[in-house]
Amino acid sequence: MSANLYEKIGGDAAVNAAVDVFYRRVLSDERISDFFDDVDMEHQAAKQKAFLTMAFGGPVHYTGADMRKGHAHLVTRGLNDSHFDAVVENLVASLQALNVPAELIAEVGVVCETTRNDVLGK
Amino acid sequence: MAQLTVNQVRYQCNADETVLDALTRSGVAVPYSCRNGICQTCVMQSSSANVPITAQNGLKPTLQAQNYFMACVCYPTEDMTITLPDNADRLLSATVTAVRQLNDDIKCVGLDCPSLQNYHAGQFINLYQDNDNTRSYSLASVPTDPYLRLHVRRMPDGRVSNWIHNELKVGDRVQISAPVGACFYVPDTPQQPLLLIGTGSGLAPLMGIIRDALNHRHFGDIYLYHGSHDVTGLYLVNELCEMTVHYSNFHYVPCVSSTNIDNRYQAGRAMDVAFVAHPHLAGWRIFLCGNPNMVTSARKKAYLAGAKMNDIYADAYLINHKR
Ligand SMILES: Cc1cc2nc3c(=O)[nH]c(=O)nc-3n(C[C@H](O)[C@H](O)[C@H](O)COP(=O)(O)OP(=O)(O)OC[C@H]3O[C@@H](n4cnc5c(N)ncnc54)[C@H](O)[C@@H]3O)c2cc1C
Repeated sequence: MSANLYEKIGGDAAVNAAVDVFYRRVLSDERISDFFDDVDMEHQAAKQKAFLTMAFGGPVHYTGADMRKGHAHLVTRGLNDSHFDAVVENLVASLQALNVPAELIAEVGVVCETTRNDVLGK
Repeated sequence: MAQLTVNQVRYQCNADETVLDALTRSGVAVPYSCRNGICQTCVMQSSSANVPITAQNGLKPTLQAQNYFMACVCYPTEDMTITLPDNADRLLSATVTAVRQLNDDIKCVGLDCPSLQNYHAGQFINLYQDNDNTRSYSLASVPTDPYLRLHVRRMPDGRVSNWIHNELKVGDRVQISAPVGACFYVPDTPQQPLLLIGTGSGLAPLMGIIRDALNHRHFGDIYLYHGSHDVTGLYLVNELCEMTVHYSNFHYVPCVSSTNIDNRYQAGRAMDVAFVAHPHLAGWRIFLCGNPNMVTSARKKAYLAGAKMNDIYADAYLINHKR
């Protein structure tokens, strides 16, 4: 399913378009912007690109352990389910803004959900 | 931990250590300057394609394909065999043609470099005081000008900028690198509005970019916000005002952030004044040069105001305190 999803959504070009919209939404969302407020914006944008590539079922090879390690410092700063939900909400809204079909957005949601426990260190 | 081989000699590179740090720790003479993967002074070549891509960010594709990389941001993932470039082949010789005071702290340096014909206005060169001391300076000239032009600000106790201010004189010969950097005008969208924000000598590349755009008949609006702490820090004010007379699409807003009593200038920091005047930046192209804190926060503000990440060009004048 995953490789297919990535292609259906439009591959690398779609990821680039989505990163621009998604990261702007996230930085403007007061519920979560603090977690994304890296001083180095280009560095952050690269991370968002990796995240979206993964959410689109594309070629990124994160393991659950990578996810845990990568977010542990945010969990100590209070990252919880409500923040995770807010990120997914912003991702869904970004994809809607880019006219991605609803059934593909639902598939993206499923991929995101598989990372919840690792991201939140549960 | 990786092994580095240079001229048949092996060096250890510890975990979390860059190639530059490993080599300089072992006494290998490597020219470097910014330590931030920007100035490309410490570029070297690996014998195989085992270079982390983050160490090639910003290098020309032809150099990337030949496994060139920047040692200051290279954390090796495996053993590497490395060739150090020969500076004698790489550096260009230039003659100082003019040294002129632009304001109390900033001098304009003219350089004649016949072997350098092609560059983009807004790129920067690395100027060598000697083999160990190199600093980046942006080009304020455009390629059709007879000479290269730099704006050098004297930094308190700064080594190279004080040498330039105190010692460099017309007729001196200096070594410079070929131009680097990606903060320049691309003539593909002549109608696009441009917003340029610079502090201090951050005006240098912006001056080149604006003249380049106008030479390419850019007809979208071009807004320049140049900021300084006080009035004496502004420069080229008359020249820029003059340009607004000749080009109706060029707008110049000098800004003064300390107490400002002169109504020819806007009160406030250049970026604050600019973002109040232009709250919606979707479709704009943005250029940010000078103070690194300004560049970081203006980049974010421009992006949040709707500018695409790829439409934001910046040169942060990072100062490396680690020497
Ligand atoms: C891409 C790029 C483009 C640039 N373009 C320009 C330009 O067009 N014009 C321009 O004027 N500059 C420009 N710069 C900045 C320039 O490269 C130099 O950094 C600047 O001239 C200072 O160099 P210096 O040798 O005089 O000072 P340095 O000797 O490098 O010192 C810099 C400052 O730090 C202080 N300092 C040094 N060591 C320490 C320490 N250990 N702790 C605390 N403080 C310390 C010094 O007192 C001084 O004030 C650019 C930089 C970059 C990265």
